[in-house]
Amino acid sequence: MDFVSGLRCRECGRTYPAEALHVCDYCFGPLEVTYDYQRVAATMSRERIEAGPRTIWRYADLLPVSDAAPVDLGAGFTPLVRADRLAAELGLGEVWIKDDTANPTGSFKDRVVSVALTKARQLGFKIAACASTGNLANSVAAHAARAGMESVVLIPHDLETAKVTMTSVFGGRVFAVEGSYDDVNRLCAELASEQPTWAFVNVNVRTYYAEGSKTLAFEVAEQLGWQTPDHVVVPIGSGSQLTKVAKGFAELWQVGLLDEEPSVRISGAQAEGCSPVATAFAEGTDAIRPVKPATIAKSLAIGNPADGWYALDAIRRSGGSCASVTDAEVIEGILLLARTEGIFAETAGGVTIATLAKLAGEGVIRPDERVVAMVTGHGLKTVEALSGTVGPTATIAPTLDAFAAAMGAEYELTDEPAPRSA
Amino acid sequence: MIKVRIPAQLRTLTGGSGEVSVEGSTVGEALKALDAAHAGFADRIFDEAGGLRRFVNVFLDDEDVRFLDGLATPIAAGQTLSIVPAVAGG
Repeated sequence: MDFVSGLRCRECGRTYPAEALHVCDYCFGPLEVTYDYQRVAATMSRERIEAGPRTIWRYADLLPVSDAAPVDLGAGFTPLVRADRLAAELGLGEVWIKDDTANPTGSFKDRVVSVALTKARQLGFKIAACASTGNLANSVAAHAARAGMESVVLIPHDLETAKVTMTSVFGGRVFAVEGSYDDVNRLCAELASEQPTWAFVNVNVRTYYAEGSKTLAFEVAEQLGWQTPDHVVVPIGSGSQLTKVAKGFAELWQVGLLDEEPSVRISGAQAEGCSPVATAFAEGTDAIRPVKPATIAKSLAIGNPADGWYALDAIRRSGGSCASVTDAEVIEGILLLARTEGIFAETAGGVTIATLAKLAGEGVIRPDERVVAMVTGHGLKTVEALSGTVGPTATIAPTLDAFAAAMGAEYELTDEPAPRSA
Repeated sequence: MIKVRIPAQLRTLTGGSGEVSVEGSTVGEALKALDAAHAGFADRIFDEAGGLRRFVNVFLDDEDVRFLDGLATPIAAGQTLSIVPAVAGG
């Protein structure tokens, strides 16, 4: 049994039943799932959560669908890693990485797709579809296969090879569209009007889909011992994840799972080549002007972010900031995280780490804050971004002499014994 | 004539039709003509200031009119306007 009381338009407040609706029929504003929090509070407890599965479904009471056997590949409950070496490099005190590279298809999208397809199946949909910058495509194709649903995935034609392969391997239909993500998105929005029997996870099922991102906040709080961090850094594509992270922390308090009311500063991270939200933040306006994206961070390359206003609002109300970083800084961010913490992030993770570094350098993120950075996708998805930047130290013949020559002048043979434990 | 593609959410205003034709020399004029022919459109797609509501996207052929001249963008017979609700990404 779920605790959903209905859907409500974020713009005009009109209410709707919990069906496959994604925008307000009246003003096109996005619909938000509303819950009966009193009933959730009466049911949900730390013990009940801790006894649950090690997936997003341990928080089912605050998800918009209830199913004893959800469409599940094991999304969520990813590691929260204390990052002391990274913190030291950045002059910060306590930094944690939410390592969502560890999800089944290598990105946080598994959280939202598991929720979306579980709800879609419950509503009676047989075909799963989406517009995607790649990570969502991977996840929809995989979860549809898992659920025995057909899938139809639309992606921009110029995506990274790994993301295309990782979508196509699951046996669904994949269409590479000659255009940007915004073009693909528009095509999908139009298709959704013509194919009401398909579940477009980020169109007609989006209301449910987006709720899956709340689990990032739930997990961070649980993994910190039911405490919230002082500051989180979240990448912004559509703005949905950041908005839902804010909602997640607020809900934990609302249903009585936290001892103290959370006060979490939320900062947004964008790539300079696609930074409509960071630009609006810097200019102090509410008007988010769409842009034509030009960045290696393709998973964030959404020029017309549908939830941009809400992300901006959440940032401002939390006392956070929003910044953008260059493609060169994105690569430095990927390398910094890899070198200091052993985590290989895709370009979006590079955006997050580079923004963390930038805001730390500006004193916006402070050494006295407990900081969590959301690293949302695996580096193997975007290896093209590092081509020419990293590679073998040398290519050598299989001989000791060749090895010594390649190691250089400081290398010498030694008589010292191998280290051993005392 | 200018073709206007209507999203599912607004087809109650067009008697179920997904495509209608109007006249007009700018995007704004065409949308006002749409409202004159099918009462209710203006209320749904324009905000109080007369601009497009922020979750309403209008495309002239393949281009978002926000990248053109907005409602003042000139439009010629044979072109297609599409009204599309904004959707989330990933």
